[in-house]
Amino acid sequence: MTVVTSHEPTVADATDSADPSAATGSRLRAEDVTLSYRDRVVVDHVSTAIPDGKITVVVGANACGKSTLLRGMARLLTPSSGQVVLDGASIHAMPTREVARRLGLLPQNPVCPEGVTVVDLVGRGRTPHHGRFQRWSADDELAVARALEATHTLDLADRVVDELSGGQRQRVWIAMALAQETDLLLLDEPTTYLDVAHQVDVLDLLAELNATRGTTVVMVLHELNLAARYADHVVALLDGTVVASGPPAEVITEESVLRVFGMRCRVVPDPVAHTPMVVPVGRHRPQVHTPRSTPGGGTR
Amino acid sequence: MSAAALVVRGARRHTTRRRRLVVAGLAALTVGTFLVRVLLGDFTVTVADFVRILAGAQIPGATFIVLDSTLPRATLGVLVGAAFGLGGAIFQTTLRNPLASPEVIGVSMGASAAAVFAIVTLGLSGPAVSGFAVVGALAVCAVIRLVAGDHAGYRLVLVGVGSAAFLSAVVQYLFTRADIYDAQTALVWLTGSLAPADWTLIGQLGATLAVLLPLVAWCSRSLRLTELGPDTATALGSSPRRTDLLLGLAVLLVGVAVAAAGPVSFAGFLAGPIARALNAGRTSLLAAALTGAALVTGADHVGAYLVADTNLPVGVVTGALGAPFLLWLLATGRTSRSTS
Repeated sequence: MTVVTSHEPTVADATDSADPSAATGSRLRAEDVTLSYRDRVVVDHVSTAIPDGKITVVVGANACGKSTLLRGMARLLTPSSGQVVLDGASIHAMPTREVARRLGLLPQNPVCPEGVTVVDLVGRGRTPHHGRFQRWSADDELAVARALEATHTLDLADRVVDELSGGQRQRVWIAMALAQETDLLLLDEPTTYLDVAHQVDVLDLLAELNATRGTTVVMVLHELNLAARYADHVVALLDGTVVASGPPAEVITEESVLRVFGMRCRVVPDPVAHTPMVVPVGRHRPQVHTPRSTPGGGTR
Repeated sequence: MSAAALVVRGARRHTTRRRRLVVAGLAALTVGTFLVRVLLGDFTVTVADFVRILAGAQIPGATFIVLDSTLPRATLGVLVGAAFGLGGAIFQTTLRNPLASPEVIGVSMGASAAAVFAIVTLGLSGPAVSGFAVVGALAVCAVIRLVAGDHAGYRLVLVGVGSAAFLSAVVQYLFTRADIYDAQTALVWLTGSLAPADWTLIGQLGATLAVLLPLVAWCSRSLRLTELGPDTATALGSSPRRTDLLLGLAVLLVGVAVAAAGPVSFAGFLAGPIARALNAGRTSLLAAALTGAALVTGADHVGAYLVADTNLPVGVVTGALGAPFLLWLLATGRTSRSTS
């Protein structure tokens, strides 16, 4: 396996902020990638490098192309121009099985067939490691066991996936991607449909994986404050182009939120983690008597 | 071996055991219906006599009935049923929709229309008819794919139902043009029947299946990924070409089965879900093939002896079972679970 550690010659981001990838290297990069559905361009000439061993979060408004970019980087979509580079080679030119041994992906709404048990589903994550005639081995058993333990789903092993709660199901899907034992893990909105406690649960799990195994995590998230909390590197998209990328403290600012989401906000330090915390200004505030009046407060 | 790995092994063993049990049970059921179809009926043959007939003994009446009527019919029923069951389950699983079986979406009827065209208009017979049936099935698939796009949901089913109705009209039109409109022949090509069973036909079908079945077995591993949806399947390194190849094999299975016995109504449509229900909801192609074999053979026996003095074609019986099942699927919303 070749590992490309050379730093980026050109990271053509709109903002030339200090890019952590320059120091750590990037096995996965998008180089001038354009992705379109039919004739509609969704991702427009994007170049971005995913820093190895870090958690990268892609943020942006609805329909800005963040899921499309992730799908492109996971070779689910073929770029109409540019290329996605994995370990120095174009990802679309590599055999899909070979990619599957290095890069795992959890799609946004994965479908589990009826009646499939947790071990069965997680075990399917081992497929890329099987040869043409080689079947299930003791190594696979261990890999599945590790994935179940890491996601705290071992006690669900013989349950049917359909019958699990949303949070449990999401952990099982992550376990399936983990059983693939790849150094890179891409997740498309892994917290959708989860309540806030389960969102934090899933993100904590991914942070643990990143810390203990050094897994490079790339995910699309909707919730900016959670993105700021868990990301080492944030990529902000607007209308299919990267408008900012870098550490959360640099990318998540009042100006950038206004630009990317078209929303006025205040950014204050998160009282727990001291990461940037976005507080929307909005137009409505409940009429509560507070010791200090805020400017413009109380108007409807 | 860690404790966790033992938990994994135990949980996997549980599902494997269930599948083996289901397959063994269905195999026994298939053998049972086969024997019932051969031995029971208007003329009952004992097992001992059956063995002697196979060994070459001439038993007045019995030998003729077994070798020229019931044995070929039962054998054809098993082969055709297995082909439909397998083809249906592959369609339903790859398209992730229980409605997307070859009978419902017009693939069987396409094969039938092409076969009738070959027989009536071109005057062909034998393997050439099978060839036409396969081409017809493939053509219907191509048209549905073109019109319905990549969506495996309701659109595909609606386009398919439309083409099935159109193609059944084509079959009827061809019969009127050829002036050989007799009810029995028409029934073969419109609902399916085992009446054409003879040893030449069985030999041809058996030889084709002997080639197709190992290929299906070889490709079937990709089904475990395909049924997770295109995104997850690709993420796990399954190439879409594998899936297309498997669907292509399913079309061939359906095509040759239709060429032999006509589009046996709902055989594949019923076999897949029945096998799945027995196997705790999980897909097993072997179980689906056995279910199809038992279903078609059993339905043919019922059709032959249910109504006195009337020999109902097998397709009428499977159709009578399939229609309520279709309604049940629609009523309970157990159709397309694909969200795309």
